[in-house]
Amino acid sequence: MTSWFTGFLPYGWAWFIATIIDILVIALPLMLAVAMIIYADRKIWAAMALRRGPNVVGPFGLMQSFADGLKVFLQETIIPSSANKGLFLLAPIITFTVALIVWAVVPFQAGVALSNINVGLLYVLAASSLGVYGVILAGWSSNSKYPFYSAIRAAAQMVSYEVSIGFVLISVVLWSGTFNLGGIVEGQKAYYGFLNGHGFNPLLFPMWVVFLISSMAETQRAPFDLAEAESELVAGYQTEYSSMAFALFWLGEYANVILMCTLNATLFWGGYLPPIDWAPLYMVPGIIWLFAKILFFFFVFSWVRATVPRYRYDQLMRLGWKIFLPLSLFFVFLVSGFLMWTRVGVPA
Amino acid sequence: MIQALAFYLFAIVVCLSGALTILSRNPVHSVLWLILAFFNAAGLMVLAGAEFIAMLLVIVYVGAVAVLFLFVVMMLDIDFAELRSGVMKYAAVGLALAIALVAEIIIAIGAWSAGGLEMSRRAAPIASDVPNIEAIGRLLYTRYLFIFEGAGLVLLVAMIGAIVLTYRQRSDVRPQNVSHQINRRSKDATRNMNPGVGEGMQL
Repeated sequence: MTSWFTGFLPYGWAWFIATIIDILVIALPLMLAVAMIIYADRKIWAAMALRRGPNVVGPFGLMQSFADGLKVFLQETIIPSSANKGLFLLAPIITFTVALIVWAVVPFQAGVALSNINVGLLYVLAASSLGVYGVILAGWSSNSKYPFYSAIRAAAQMVSYEVSIGFVLISVVLWSGTFNLGGIVEGQKAYYGFLNGHGFNPLLFPMWVVFLISSMAETQRAPFDLAEAESELVAGYQTEYSSMAFALFWLGEYANVILMCTLNATLFWGGYLPPIDWAPLYMVPGIIWLFAKILFFFFVFSWVRATVPRYRYDQLMRLGWKIFLPLSLFFVFLVSGFLMWTRVGVPA
Repeated sequence: MIQALAFYLFAIVVCLSGALTILSRNPVHSVLWLILAFFNAAGLMVLAGAEFIAMLLVIVYVGAVAVLFLFVVMMLDIDFAELRSGVMKYAAVGLALAIALVAEIIIAIGAWSAGGLEMSRRAAPIASDVPNIEAIGRLLYTRYLFIFEGAGLVLLVAMIGAIVLTYRQRSDVRPQNVSHQINRRSKDATRNMNPGVGEGMQL
């Protein structure tokens, strides 16, 4: 698109305007997707609990999320008098922004990403490690007990599970030999006979299981939603929030969930590639395959949320530090050992 | 033009947030300004073409170190007035340290610009088409392998030392017996009884 604008603008400005349009092309559909996925989440949850779920606003209740959005938009923003005003308002903005910026490196189709950088996976890791600040700041600046407990829980939880996520990502990177997300997807093409995807690799499949569970913990979805456990902490770090500030937390949370589903699809199940390396399947555009995989993983997330009871906090920490950390560390050794054994002297 | 704009933006924010780290009254605000400084330093690294270092800076310092910092500072109950009262007492020491640091920087820059002792033994500059992850990887795991491993050992020793110093066995707590909890089945916990009328139950 930059080239089209260079027709009548200097290169710098053309690049600037084209990038802003690209960002909107990703961010606006993402917001729509978040609205619809909240509806899907509620519907799936309701179906598993033998309820109807949202079914009043619009056909099949499809407009429910927009009605909710309008409702919070019209509410008054309440700032507690003892809250730290600046940080209180900054926290939801951080959560929301961080949830959006990661999408810059996600490849939607062969060669189609906003920014095709060679440290793509590190960028994802960096941005997701920023996500914890929104929660910590919200909890601390509310100047209230439950949000503060929640912030401390959330910080410990996210830092713990980031460790095992890091090791999982390292084993994927070792296997593909690149940090570029597009390169990782392309490296999965027909790598396992007729199958596309690292998930079909027996050495990486256990890593995917660790990644799936860790990504639920990282996005604070049930059964790991200790930070907003309503039976103990009201609504956790969101307790003091109302109106749009609350909505930003919600949007950011679900954008993060979709992102984690996308990473599951991209890193382990071939991203925009069809699952089977068979020519007619490539007729379907890559973005459709990606969306199908994202929706499948989102269904898994909802399924788990609807059926698995919440963890106790010591169980959560035990799972992160005593099971996932040694397991993923062991697999990093296993994967690198296997690669050394089979690929010594072979240029990657 | 955009590069220059970005450079000055990042540089100004780094300097300002660095100053505000020291000047802000609330220690939590200090840590937050520090995080902003780290973040913008990462931006400067990206501009300098060291994207790998930039990402590591964000992951390690912003994502891990500063979170722990913030964690500790948030939990501490600090008396600000007492903290402030010592400022004038230590001003002379601080000033001396600052002068020493400035002098060292000036000497270092002077020596560097005068041409080093053995400039030829420095590593050759990286070719611009090699991504800097690869360049760092090659240097770190071939030429400086033993130093790198040594650094790892030092960190390991530090980690073990910290654990040894802080670990204490407490006899007055009852830890969770996880395998016991996992192995418990519903038939171990419940019994079906059929008591006669007016007899009650023996548990």
